[in-house]
Parts: sequence; C-alpha cells; structure tokens
Amino acid sequence: MFVLILKTESVQYSGAYASMKVDNSLRLDQFRSNFRVQVTKIEKDEKKEEDLIEFDMVGIDASIANAFRRILISEVPTMAIEKVLIANNTSVIQDEVLAHRLGLIPLNVDPRLFEFMSESDLPNEKNTIVFKLHARCGKGGRITVKSDQLKWLPQGSEFLLSTEKNAPSSTSKQRTYTSFSCNQDSIPELRDKPIGPKYPGINLARLGPGQEIELEAHAVKGMGKTHAKWSPVATAWYKMLPEVVLLENIEGEQAEKLKIKCPQKVFDIEDIGNKKRAIVARPRECTLCRECIRGYGWDKKVAIRRVKDHFLFTIESTGALPPEVLFTEAVKILEDKCERVITELS
Amino acid sequence: MEHGSYEDQTQATFSLNDEDHTLANSLRFVLNQDPRVSVCGYSIPHPSDARVNIRVQTTGDPASEVVKDSCQDLMLMCQHVRSTFDQAFTKFKSENES
Ligand code: SF4
Repeated sequence: MFVLILKTESVQYSGAYASMKVDNSLRLDQFRSNFRVQVTKIEKDEKKEEDLIEFDMVGIDASIANAFRRILISEVPTMAIEKVLIANNTSVIQDEVLAHRLGLIPLNVDPRLFEFMSESDLPNEKNTIVFKLHARCGKGGRITVKSDQLKWLPQGSEFLLSTEKNAPSSTSKQRTYTSFSCNQDSIPELRDKPIGPKYPGINLARLGPGQEIELEAHAVKGMGKTHAKWSPVATAWYKMLPEVVLLENIEGEQAEKLKIKCPQKVFDIEDIGNKKRAIVARPRECTLCRECIRGYGWDKKVAIRRVKDHFLFTIESTGALPPEVLFTEAVKILEDKCERVITELS
Repeated sequence: MEHGSYEDQTQATFSLNDEDHTLANSLRFVLNQDPRVSVCGYSIPHPSDARVNIRVQTTGDPASEVVKDSCQDLMLMCQHVRSTFDQAFTKFKSENES
C-alpha cells in the first residue's frame, strides 16, 4: 500500500523514447505546451508588502521543482548581520548569544544592491551594512531592547581601529572598522528605502537598572547554505496535488460515514433522487492522512493518489525580497549553474 | 570541475565542485530524457565534500556534448518557467487588484 506514497518519480528514462525515435527539440516543445502556472494566493503583511505566494505548477518533473525549492532555501542570497563589535554589554545576555540573536533579524534590504565579501576584501560600502545599537536602562524599571533600536549608519563604522587609538590624531582621517568611500545614502535605491530590520518588534534583550548595551553590527551578503540566517524564506515547500478517487459508488449510511471520517472535509454528499451519494468535493484540501481508507474494506472503496506533475508551491518570504522575486531569482540561479557547466565543458 | 574520460568519448564521469542534488538531480532528469543517453546517474561520494559525480554513457555521441545539450535544455526550460510564472503573476495581480 505504501508504494503509492513512495513512487514520486515519473517513468522517464531514455529507453522509453528510443523506440519511438523522439528527438530533443520535440521534448522541449512538449514541455513548453504542457507547462502551466497559476497563482492561487498572495498574502501581504501589515505594511502591505507581499510575504507569501501560493501557486500551482503543472507539467514539470519533481526533480526540477525540487531544485527550485532547494535553491530558494539555501542559495538565494540575502543580507544578514555577521559581525558584531561589542563595546559594552552589561546585560544578563551573553555577548555570543546576543550576537546570534542579532544575526537572525531579517533585514529590509534588497541584496542585489550588494556584493559578496570575500576573505581578502575590506569592508566597504558595496559589501557591508553597519548598524549601531546603544541602549541604556536608567535607575528604576526595566526596558526591553527591540530590533527597531538598530540604527543604520550609512557612513560606515564609527568605532576606531585599536591601532588608531594610540596614534596621534593630528594626521588625516582616523581609520575605522570599515572603509567606506562614499555614503550609502547616495545610492538612489537606498536613499528611497532606508535600511532597517524588517520587523520593529523583535526582542533582543531585557535591561535592568544601570545595564547598558553598546555595539555595532555589520551585515554582509550570504547564502542559506552557510547559515540559515541568510535564507530568504521562512520556508518554501510544495506538495503534489492529491487525487481522491471513489472506486465504487458510496451511498446512504456509508456516504455519511465517509464524510465524517475526513478531517479536511474533502467529501460531500450529493442527493440523487432520494439516494445520498458521496462525492469528492475538495481534493486540494486532502492532507493524505489516510484516515478515509482506514478500517476494513475502505481501501477497496477509496483510493488516494497524487498527480505526479502537479505541484502546489508555497513560498513564505522573510522580507528582504517579495516571494515572486525570490522564485524568479531561484530559477535564474539554476540557469547560472547550467551555464557554468557549459562553459567548463567548452 | 574535472572531466574523467578515457579514449572512449561516449562514456564519462563529470565531477562538479560546489554542486549538490539541486543541479545533479535536475540534470540527471534531463539527461535521462535524451534518447542518445544509454545510462546516466549521479552520486555524492562523501557528504562532507561539496562535490557530485555525474556518470553519462551514450549510444555513440561524445558524452560531454550530450551533457552540454542537456544543460542547454535545462536552461531553456528555466527560461520558460520564468516567463510563464511572470505571466501568471501579472494575471493574478490584475484580476485581484482592480
Ligand atoms: S487522506 Fe485524509 S484528508 Fe485526504 S481524503 Fe482521506 S481522510 Fe480526507
């Protein structure tokens, strides 16, 4: 019985075509004419920015649909805080825990405006975003430090390199932890949409009387496969379209039973004359929980299958890019991979 | 990326650095659809190495050509996916926001 669930792969090996003398171009054309996408849902957050998309993708193999999903999770780049310079932290939360929390904050910035920073690169305006956080709790009471207290520093770091501190300050500009050659404000895209955390209310720390946190956080571009904080999606997943089939007419009492059995309300009852007959009304809602075929004889009456080339895809963005852009980027990344192989082989 | 082949051009193992199931499985799928391919499969020799080996044996054409063609096909498929998706997205937007 479990064969049904495990057989997700379609039978498509070359031999199946060889005898028919099918050639390459034909298969591509066939793909083109069969492939179909239909968007079914778009959700927006409080700021009216899109953060979820659901669509049907029909006529594609699981291996490629899965490639898109894998790329979305681990290979579409975003910006995230990678280095935290802590000047002072007298709160109860340890430096490393605080730094980790900062890393996980989604940043509202288009990663396509930035470059990756390699080992040999100095942090500059093209590969680093600097934030400053200074919070202090006065006498009496407690305060909660939230993500909106991270302030973007378009001119780069304000902390001097330790080598500069002792040097006489009369010489020209003192060197800091970043070497920005211009203000990030001057980049038009960033001027119109200042960089900050996507959500203002993420708790970072609680401060007691007299406690203080002063730090600088440096965000760089990265990919989800290095660390999940760079993953642009909360999650991205798909399921195959469920196909619920009634193998025989289910009528009367049995139909009532079947309707109640299903937790997802997949079945409905239709009146034909004075007979009641079960029908499959909402197959998309099916979770393949197999409840309807549990019990003696039910597997002879109902079959649950899935349509192997019909995917219900869902992408939830963390906020750096809207989900439809993420999908397009993911497809482009797969194209780049192919191109890389072609150039390597030529 | 290396290319391990013998005198015989029709069979080869392609070792791709910094790639994983993402590319290898899709490529394997496209290759297996090609009537010129007699055998194709991939493996990841060790999970800690970022490397994947793709084995291709053909019925006569040079394996590297067939792999190149398949990459080309996969790219064309991707482009089609992209344009179809864009169309579907604009359609949904225009229907739901006017
Ligand atoms: S598998 Fe579960 S959800 Fe699907 S039709 Fe049967 S009972 Fe309903």
